[in-house]
Amino acid sequence: MNDLSFLKPASRQIDFDNFDDRLLLYVLKYEPSFFTCISCGGCTATCSAGNLTNFNVRKIGLWLRRGETEKLSEEIQKCMFCGKCTLVCPRDINIRNVILLIKKRIAMLKNENTTA
Amino acid sequence: MNNKHVAVIGGGIAGMEAASVLARQGLKVTLIEKQANTGGKLNDWDHLFPDFSSPDELVNSLANKTKDSGVNTVCNTEISRIERNGKRFELRANQDVRFFADAVLVASGFNVFDATIKEEYGYGLFGNVITSVDFEKRMKKHGQLHTIQGTAPKRVAIIHCVGSRDAKVGNTYCSKVCCITGIKQAIEISEMLPDCEVFCFYMDLRLYGSKFDSLYLQAQKRHKIQFIRGRLSEAAERADKSIQIKAEDTLQGRPLRMTVDMVILLVGMEPGVSTSQLIQKNQMTVDENGFLKSANMHCARNQSTQEGIFMTGTAICPMAVNETLENARSAATEIIHFFENRRP
Repeated sequence: MNDLSFLKPASRQIDFDNFDDRLLLYVLKYEPSFFTCISCGGCTATCSAGNLTNFNVRKIGLWLRRGETEKLSEEIQKCMFCGKCTLVCPRDINIRNVILLIKKRIAMLKNENTTA
Repeated sequence: MNNKHVAVIGGGIAGMEAASVLARQGLKVTLIEKQANTGGKLNDWDHLFPDFSSPDELVNSLANKTKDSGVNTVCNTEISRIERNGKRFELRANQDVRFFADAVLVASGFNVFDATIKEEYGYGLFGNVITSVDFEKRMKKHGQLHTIQGTAPKRVAIIHCVGSRDAKVGNTYCSKVCCITGIKQAIEISEMLPDCEVFCFYMDLRLYGSKFDSLYLQAQKRHKIQFIRGRLSEAAERADKSIQIKAEDTLQGRPLRMTVDMVILLVGMEPGVSTSQLIQKNQMTVDENGFLKSANMHCARNQSTQEGIFMTGTAICPMAVNETLENARSAATEIIHFFENRRP
């Protein structure tokens, strides 16, 4: 049988109608300052991990706001929690705490899945 | 109305324009300036955006206007206190100088953001990091730009939003005029030094004025100025006195580093220090950004929260030169209405 899946490729669109907000709502509850991010990239420029790997802390925030949960959970392992991002943020967002909250929530969701 | 007396505090362009309009309407006007000359900060500027015109010409024409209209200009005098006495005001200056007025117009201007506060950008530490104000002063004085080593820079980075839109320094507002100032200075550098590469690092380009976007287009088209969307995180001096800067190229999504010969920081506007002195003693109120608060930001922009005390120019909020002059004329109109509507 020939593989005809190329005839119906998965959509590349960001789907706001099926938005996975499980991470975002948790982060906003405990770190509401996160909502004020303007994607200036100051955090990424100073990031210790980002200068050595392809880790991009600004994109973590962007993915969080777009509900890209799967991408996030892998990428976030690269953060070393040095906190320099928080020092340079012009919006005074506690970015270090945002990363910590994402990690916590991912662990919670994993736990729910395995016990369910 | 003709016997009414208005005291204008601050002899910058806002104060000069308002004073001359009021005097031409027949009012007695005293213009009080703390420095030796009128003209304010424009005396240090080399060229104005967006038309590269000369601030000296503007200041001179305003000086002639105030003189010809009969404004009494008093320099070297700083007002420290405004006292209400019935319907009149008594203004006190240094030593025992006093002025009496029926209305007061505060045109005390702004302060330039102190870039040393942004330590990570190295202003005051590294000789090749200067501010946009230093650039204007140098151009006015020497007519050329060179590094601390005395060479012509081959690569310059212009940094937007220094001291503006930055919660870390306590200024969350936009200073509005820096974006266009950066583009104007980038074009000036490129015209002066055609071999010099110029990069602008921005978060958002706010080119709100009617002619600002065409200058942006001109900077890209004719001068090949490069715009990189990313906020500077830090600057470091290298052994040869060049400056290494770090930012994220947010459109690429990767951290970027670049070595430049000079960094120009586009410093924003802050509430004037002299203003804060007047506020403390006169119950004038300030808005959330620390600038003087209007009685109503739409229909009484120039009225302070104290009756009979008006304000104009960058004491209210960051403004470009043309806006400041328009605002000064509007303040003069409000003062005239104030006298017309006042019951005897």
